[in-house]
Amino acid sequence: MNPVFEVSNLRKAFGGLAVTNDVSLAMAPGDRVALIGPNGAGKTTFVNLVTGNLSPDSGEVRLGGEAVTKIDAVGRVKRGLVRSFQVTRLFQDMTPAEHVGLAVLQRDGKAKRAFGNFLAMSDVMTEVDELLGKLGLASLMHRRVSEIAYGQQRLLEIAVALALKPKVLLLDEPAAGVPQSDTGRIEQALADLPGDLAVLMIEHDMDLVFRFAKRVIVLAAGAIIFDGLPADVTRDARVREAYLGSYANASHIA
Amino acid sequence: MALVMNSENERLQHQRRFSGDLIGITAIVAIGAIGYFVFPDNLALLTRMITIALLVLSLDLVTGYCGVATLGHAALFGSGAYAAGILSAHYGINDPLLMMLAGIAAGAIAGLLSGAIILRAHGLPQLVLSIALIHLFHEFANKASSWTGGSDGLSGIAPDPIFGLFEFDLYGQTAFFFGMTLLLVVFVLLRFLVRSPFGMLCRGIRQDPLRIRAMGGSPMAALIRMYVISGAVAGVGGALNAISTQVVGLDSLSFTQSAEALVMLVLGGTGSLFGALSGTVIFMLFEDYVSAANPFHWLTMVGALLIAVVLFAPKGLFGTAAAFVRRRKEARA
Ligand SMILES: Nc1ncnc2c1ncn2[C@@H]1O[C@H](COP(=O)(O)OP(=O)(O)OP(=O)(O)O)[C@@H](O)[C@H]1O
Ligand SMILES: [Mg+2]
Repeated sequence: MNPVFEVSNLRKAFGGLAVTNDVSLAMAPGDRVALIGPNGAGKTTFVNLVTGNLSPDSGEVRLGGEAVTKIDAVGRVKRGLVRSFQVTRLFQDMTPAEHVGLAVLQRDGKAKRAFGNFLAMSDVMTEVDELLGKLGLASLMHRRVSEIAYGQQRLLEIAVALALKPKVLLLDEPAAGVPQSDTGRIEQALADLPGDLAVLMIEHDMDLVFRFAKRVIVLAAGAIIFDGLPADVTRDARVREAYLGSYANASHIA
Repeated sequence: MALVMNSENERLQHQRRFSGDLIGITAIVAIGAIGYFVFPDNLALLTRMITIALLVLSLDLVTGYCGVATLGHAALFGSGAYAAGILSAHYGINDPLLMMLAGIAAGAIAGLLSGAIILRAHGLPQLVLSIALIHLFHEFANKASSWTGGSDGLSGIAPDPIFGLFEFDLYGQTAFFFGMTLLLVVFVLLRFLVRSPFGMLCRGIRQDPLRIRAMGGSPMAALIRMYVISGAVAGVGGALNAISTQVVGLDSLSFTQSAEALVMLVLGGTGSLFGALSGTVIFMLFEDYVSAANPFHWLTMVGALLIAVVLFAPKGLFGTAAAFVRRRKEARA
């Protein structure tokens, strides 16, 4: 299948420190990729570069065959490249319904309407109800975000991303900061992601990675040191070394 | 079941919002009526209050709803006032509705211009840009004295009767009712605006522009648009000022006027139309009373009031009262 998302020879250095070092990868619709690596490996920076939040020193990003390296972050979202954030970025005084409603309106080019309330727009609300229902947030849809649990906020991040109907979804540690008891709901949401969506997930929890990913990419010091099947990653000598270098033991990955 | 609950919820929210509109309109009319009967000899003060309320509402749109820091908002108000005044004084077009339209257009253009400059920066630099801008507007009006009358002010404004029927009388009756009508119309339109998808987008931009970009929204385009709308609202206030007082002075385009508007907004509470309105009424009543009672120390009193509000009611007087009522309600529920 033709790749929907392609990154070639991406480089970025912060004051001489190479944080993204010649990274290339391609993903096809339906891919489930996990991007892992020790803290500070450059995973979030990679997401920032490909989404246009940071500009690379060199390299190219393609979406559906089109080079988007010169297109700004908003243009890339409109072309179907959507991300979530490592630390949730939600509007504290808005409700889940408003978040998803805003995303749907934005996607359909209706967010500039200066009249009417989206709660009365049945086409928007059908989608809001359905999406929040699927993620188990229906009963909270009119609460303020500041009043709901962090695990539910993480689900809402996913809902907002899905409401934009992405073709490529980049999830930056979707379960970070959530108590172990609540990760089940998030894992379920990940399992339910649309089948034709290409998903790249950054994650530290290796159990989650193994259940989710069909392919694992390991980033260390800004460079890809492994790209292959989940079953092979724990046996890879370079991967073990990279994790040993950053942790006292390799328990994270073993 | 869940769906039933949601539509139920939704209906409740609608009802609450609708009743919010009614309460708002009723409150404005009631306060206007009280003012009319308490100050029958001083309708000019009430009309002045309405003009400033329009300026503060306009400021609330960009500062309260969008998070733009500005100390130059009177540029929009003054542009509206001069446009309406110049139309009458120099072109002899005295129809108050046409003067109003000129004010709205000039306010919107000044909004576009201010927005295009102020929105280039954030935080403190943004504030400095806005101060620079108001000084430029002020100086421009001062230098273009053949048009504006310079520091003597623009006189010779003589609005015709509204619809040829209601003459602007010496007691300020017509001006007052004209102003009340405008304020109610603007209030209802702004209620629509702040609850619309666009209003929601702006609230999002105030909190986290980067998040809005990640949702495919362009904060800059939305903020410029809000600045134009805000300019139109300030323009209504400015034109009303020109029509009702029949002079336009440089003070309508001043840093002091801008700063005072911000003080009123903070006093009432940012990010709420009621906050903007109540802040204006309270500040101007306070100013009127205290300056009459103690002309030497009234500014001291205003300062003390503001410090008290910022320290003890940081959401503003209306914001704090509303939060108190909400907490009481929740405690009972
Ligand atoms: N804007 C920046 N300026 C300078 N250095 C930066 C910047 N952003 C990131 N870095 C550095 O780049 C390196 C990679 O950071 P990044 O956030 O991409 O790591 P990460 O792999 O996402 O780590 P984590 O697992 O902790 O989230 C770190 O050393 C970080 O300090
Ligand atoms: Mg990270």
